[in-house]
Amino acid sequence: MSPMLEIRNLSVVFGGLAAMDDLDFHVEEGEIVSVIGPNGAGKTTFFNAITNLVPPTDGEILFEGNSIVGLDPNQVTALGIARTFQNVRLFAQMTVLENVMVAQHCRTKQTPIAALLNTKAFREEEAQIRARGEEILGFFGTRLIGYRLDQPAMVLSYANRRRLEIARAMATSPRLLLLDEPVAGMNPMETAELTALIGRLRSEWGFTIVIIEHDMDVVRDVSDRVVVLDHGETIAQGSFDDVSSDPGVIEAYLGRPAETS
Amino acid sequence: MTATSVPATASSSEPQWSPDPRRLVSYGAICALTMVFICLIGMPVKLDPRPLIDPILSRGYASLVWVPVVFGYSVTSFVVLEGMAARRRGPSDVLEGAIVGAIGGLGVGILGLLVDNFDLRDPLINWSPQLVDFITFGNSIGFGIVIWLVIGALCGAAGAGLHLLPETVRLYVASVVLAVVGMSFLETAATDLLQGLKLEFISDAIYAKQGGLTVRGAVIVAVLTVAGLALGRFIRANQQRAAAGRAEADLATGGGASLTPVGGAMRRRSNRELVLGGLGIVGLLLLPQFLGGIMNELLANVGLFLLLALGLNIVVGLAGILDLGYVAFFAVGGYTTAVLTSPNAPWLHPELPWFVALLIVIPIAALVGLLIGAPVIRMRGDYLAIVTLGFGEIIRLLFLSDWLAPYFGGAQGITNIPGVQIFGIATVSGTDPKAVFYLVMGFCALAIYVSWRLERSRLGRAWMAIREDEKVAEAMGINTVNAKLAAFVTGAILASFSGAIFAAKVGSIFPNSFEILVSVIILVIVIVGGMGRIAGVALGAVVLIGILGGPSQPGLLQELAEYKLLIYGALLVWMMLKRPEGLLPNVRRSRELHHEELSQDAWLKAQEIEAAAPPDPEYPGWETPA
Repeated sequence: MSPMLEIRNLSVVFGGLAAMDDLDFHVEEGEIVSVIGPNGAGKTTFFNAITNLVPPTDGEILFEGNSIVGLDPNQVTALGIARTFQNVRLFAQMTVLENVMVAQHCRTKQTPIAALLNTKAFREEEAQIRARGEEILGFFGTRLIGYRLDQPAMVLSYANRRRLEIARAMATSPRLLLLDEPVAGMNPMETAELTALIGRLRSEWGFTIVIIEHDMDVVRDVSDRVVVLDHGETIAQGSFDDVSSDPGVIEAYLGRPAETS
Repeated sequence: MTATSVPATASSSEPQWSPDPRRLVSYGAICALTMVFICLIGMPVKLDPRPLIDPILSRGYASLVWVPVVFGYSVTSFVVLEGMAARRRGPSDVLEGAIVGAIGGLGVGILGLLVDNFDLRDPLINWSPQLVDFITFGNSIGFGIVIWLVIGALCGAAGAGLHLLPETVRLYVASVVLAVVGMSFLETAATDLLQGLKLEFISDAIYAKQGGLTVRGAVIVAVLTVAGLALGRFIRANQQRAAAGRAEADLATGGGASLTPVGGAMRRRSNRELVLGGLGIVGLLLLPQFLGGIMNELLANVGLFLLLALGLNIVVGLAGILDLGYVAFFAVGGYTTAVLTSPNAPWLHPELPWFVALLIVIPIAALVGLLIGAPVIRMRGDYLAIVTLGFGEIIRLLFLSDWLAPYFGGAQGITNIPGVQIFGIATVSGTDPKAVFYLVMGFCALAIYVSWRLERSRLGRAWMAIREDEKVAEAMGINTVNAKLAAFVTGAILASFSGAIFAAKVGSIFPNSFEILVSVIILVIVIVGGMGRIAGVALGAVVLIGILGGPSQPGLLQELAEYKLLIYGALLVWMMLKRPEGLLPNVRRSRELHHEELSQDAWLKAQEIEAAAPPDPEYPGWETPA
């Protein structure tokens, strides 16, 4: 069986800097893969290249067997890849519910004319969008529903914004979910809770997940496989235990001992 | 000095405060410069003949004396940081205000001295003996300097003294001043309306023969304002008490299953808004019946600009596309209508009825929207604004050009555009502003319906997402190019309606009706009123077009017509500093955090009472990972 996402020889070059250098990567359906690496290793660029926010300079990206290089970001999302952003980028003035409603854009089809005429089909679709939005927000407990539904996203606490980011990505009905540092800046309680939720995203919602994370406890708890990036290249991959004892990885994170240089 | 009686040990916690002379001088200098500027643009001399309150205060002096009041007030304003002790107010505040005002007054006095002794009439046309007369009240220049020192000091002290009054009293004082000044300036409108209502005796009672309120009139207005304000506050307090009681009762009984106490209160509130809105519409529809021709003309102009602003509100307020060339679509609507309806059109002249022409105007406006939108839409922010500005001018210059003159008449324009035949019942044309107003209101209602429906649809949400963060919107599956084009086209069609009505109303159409200034003013209406909110846009149109006047249309403050653009600019600067969200901001932009948190707690409580069954509703799926 071919992998869900397969990346071959991916390169992204900014001027003279190769942010991604000849990278090979694959995710099997139903896997949770963690991408780790020191700051500046190219992890976020990797996500940007998959979702085509930054077009790759070279290489091939196959999603379920079809090339997605050169598609617009919205087309990539329509095919079933959704992402969150490392620096939370919600639609701040829109309400919590609207944030997840708008993300269903590519899964819905009513036209503005139908909206003007307020047709039955339009009303039904609106009700569906709303119900699905509430269902997704309900996944995060009571924090994003109830009165919160109609609050602008900007009034949410930091942790709730991170949760809403994930909810918004879920609302696009993806098959592959790319989470960019989902627990960054959360306290240990919130981190533990979200770690459990990531597991449930796969078991209950059937998402395949690629996650960028710096918190090694989270990486250990959620991932089937860990891929380590440095300078835009894969330097190691395998189970968490293999990777964490790999001398190359330790070197990338901690630097080389003085005598060997 | 403040807080001198406080022991030295305590003064470390309570900020020791003394006036900062540099601050006073700099405020005073700005105050003086402002007053000198107003004198030199000729406002006081020009407005002096008309009284504000008959024998006491002329509009000329009123145009100056507000300055020290404002500066006296603002020099003694300060921000109280949370958790910090506020500086105690006292007579020193009044003294500060007086100093600042006196410096301002001194500026005017010195200006009088200079005008009296030197001749700078060449560059400064208002550098005139009349200005000296105005400043000295017809007396010697020494008297002028002294009297302006006194006036400035008194006004500054009054401004600063406002801080000493309790909040409620300050509200009453501000409302009374606003009401009296407003009633005086809106004399034309008020007289006209009272005449239409056959209530001339009221206007005879409060207005003086040579214009302006009489003292008796001012007192009546003040008393009525105070009474109205007190009544309003009393009713609101009662309602709040009742609402609080209801909410408590709801909570105690566990509330309805889904109807939260907060939701109930919101529904009641929106019901009240509906009733008020309905009354407002009925009033608006009846209003023209009681007004004279000039006032109806003014209302029709407000309506035309409101229609334009509603269209631009979709483009700028909802989709966040800063379009500075919006007038282009207004022009396209106007010219298409002219070509299709006028017998004098140099080309085609099929002399279609207006409504049939409108059916052709819509697709043409949409097409032009697409043509202009397609190249522009790929740009963002400032670049997009500049390019749309360019396209706006290009369209006007095309209509003006000799190249297209065989089709659109060039500088001669197209004349003799017939009015609108409404099914043979009535004819709407410029000679009947009342009918134009009703026609415009019909289209405004359509525009409001369109905005309202679209905002709550898939497309409207996509627009808002693009406004918030275009890149992320694209990553969330929105085809941003299509959505932005849709906004452009919707805006273009609404503007073309306004253009079509404008052509029928004026009866002739020239390229110079579509200058950049029109685009700018429509944008200012949207910004000043409150971006993204229909009521805000309506208020913006009334304030800017109705009261100040449009680019070439007179407003209620006709004597200020010369200074219209100055006032626009000052208003815009002030708005950007103090109220960037607009006069009536979009609700979602101005919510209070505090209230929201309380409401969420109330909701959670209701949920807990309702469903005590799940062991821990707060954390479903809560498991500590190994």
